Amino acid sequence: MKIAVILKLVPDLVEELSINPDGSSLDTTWMRMIINEFDDHALEQAILLKEKYSGSVTVISPEFDGVDDVLFTASAKGADQIIKMTGDFSNSNNHALAKAITPFIKEIQPDLILTGVQANNDLDGSLGPCLAACLEMPFAGYISGINVEDKSILVRKEYPGGVISELSIFLPCVIGIQAAETPPRYVAVSKVRQVMKTSKIDEKPISEMDQNGGVKVIRMFQPEASSHAEMINGTPEEVAERLITVFNQIGIIK
Amino acid sequence: MSQDIYVLVEHFQGRLSEISSTLLAAGRQLAEIHNSSLIAILLGSNSQNLFKEIPADKVIYADNPLLNEFNQDAYQQVLSEIIKLKLPFLLLFGNTTIGSDLAGFLSVKLNMDLASSCSHFTIEGNIVSQICGGKIMVESNSTATTTLITMVPGRYKLQTLKTDCSPEVEIFTPTNINELRIKTIKILEPESSDVDISKEPILISIGRGIQTKENIELADNLAKALGGVVCASRPVIDQGWLPTSRLVGKSGKHVKPKLYFAIGISGAPEHVEAITNSETIIAINTDPKAPIFDIANYGTEIDLFDLIDILVEKVEGIKTK
Repeated sequence: MKIAVILKLVPDLVEELSINPDGSSLDTTWMRMIINEFDDHALEQAILLKEKYSGSVTVISPEFDGVDDVLFTASAKGADQIIKMTGDFSNSNNHALAKAITPFIKEIQPDLILTGVQANNDLDGSLGPCLAACLEMPFAGYISGINVEDKSILVRKEYPGGVISELSIFLPCVIGIQAAETPPRYVAVSKVRQVMKTSKIDEKPISEMDQNGGVKVIRMFQPEASSHAEMINGTPEEVAERLITVFNQIGIIK
Repeated sequence: MSQDIYVLVEHFQGRLSEISSTLLAAGRQLAEIHNSSLIAILLGSNSQNLFKEIPADKVIYADNPLLNEFNQDAYQQVLSEIIKLKLPFLLLFGNTTIGSDLAGFLSVKLNMDLASSCSHFTIEGNIVSQICGGKIMVESNSTATTTLITMVPGRYKLQTLKTDCSPEVEIFTPTNINELRIKTIKILEPESSDVDISKEPILISIGRGIQTKENIELADNLAKALGGVVCASRPVIDQGWLPTSRLVGKSGKHVKPKLYFAIGISGAPEHVEAITNSETIIAINTDPKAPIFDIANYGTEIDLFDLIDILVEKVEGIKTK
């Protein structure tokens, strides 16, 4: 089975985010980018499927600072081919990305394409459904659990309230992964370093990005909350005391 | 050009889903701004009994056994036909496991603009979306003939749930649903053996900040001391540390406890939407800018590892007095 995985980098939300002076884009100068955690789960799911059913995993990623490390890590985990789309993706939306990836997918002709179900900076929907429409393939998102049958896969799709539907989907298809069957594996830095010496990143230049399909951003701003929690400061002892008072007030303890 | 506002109502097992209330309420406001009609699209099979719950000016109803439950392939084919025929000014979807699967796909297929994660609209009708876990808001607009929007719950809700609506009904017969490439094999209800967190009065909820599986013991101890139950946000469940039945959030459960005690939870929109009906929210997070503090009643930036043991001790001390 031939599997393609799309990995994206997203802003690390632990860090402070700031907005450019133009007011309509994120300031990326000092922004730390990390792998989209759902994409990491998609990669893990791909590797699990490869281990179970054999086959190959190709990872495709748009260029960002730090993407080489992400690609080499994917390789150390078991990806067979790592592809970096080169160009300026700093302001590209998912529609543009889907259109840019489409020719590579058509060239590779995978049976299954996995991507994270969403990313924290999605503004024009998530990548998976856009890519599926570009490729005219079926799509299912919020998937946690895949089994391969002859010409189809059996997947588990999540709905609100913990309801799950089991779907059978013909291959080839695009799947938006919510969670891999097991959490993404850890790979030692030494192994990644070793891989850097032996594997090669295929670079594929992208000349034009077609952003059509995204809406026009007028401004970005940090939310001004209409309310804020009453903050409790002090030593752990003092904070615990104050919380006990709150528990009392709301009748949790007497 | 029509200025009509369309919404795709979601339903499950004969009932309108909660998100439909958000979509219909937001749609009504937009229809007033644009002086136009609110039109609901309902796809289903023998779902006529839902008409009376839909306070729209018109319901476009497609009835087909293939639309009995959500099937992305069947839904997108039928919706494509309806959208091409009606060219709605705006079409609202839920930013849900259903709406998100459809909106991106249809946007590319039909060459229409899409804005996702919309929380509300400005008085001019501009779209305001929340990204980056709720830390950044984006105001946008579109000049396209038809714009698709996925909405998160929170800002809009129907005042009262009516069951005596009588919208005009237009039956839509899809010309042809091509051979489906997706089939539903079965629907699995959540395991009922576990506690139902949506009914528990005291919830101790843990997020990424708990760091390891072993640390869950801290939350367990606090839950035991307070007579509550431990639940979690998405990252904890995805690590396999707690069963899915304990998931609070968009694809988990919506909760309404007397006390929601959030430990190491940042407050991503997918989580927040599920806890807003809690009576009291207390949040512990070392990040002073964590969005959870915007909806919590009480908060502290103290490290959970410094606090929980002491808190448990104090609660137990009171109980044994």
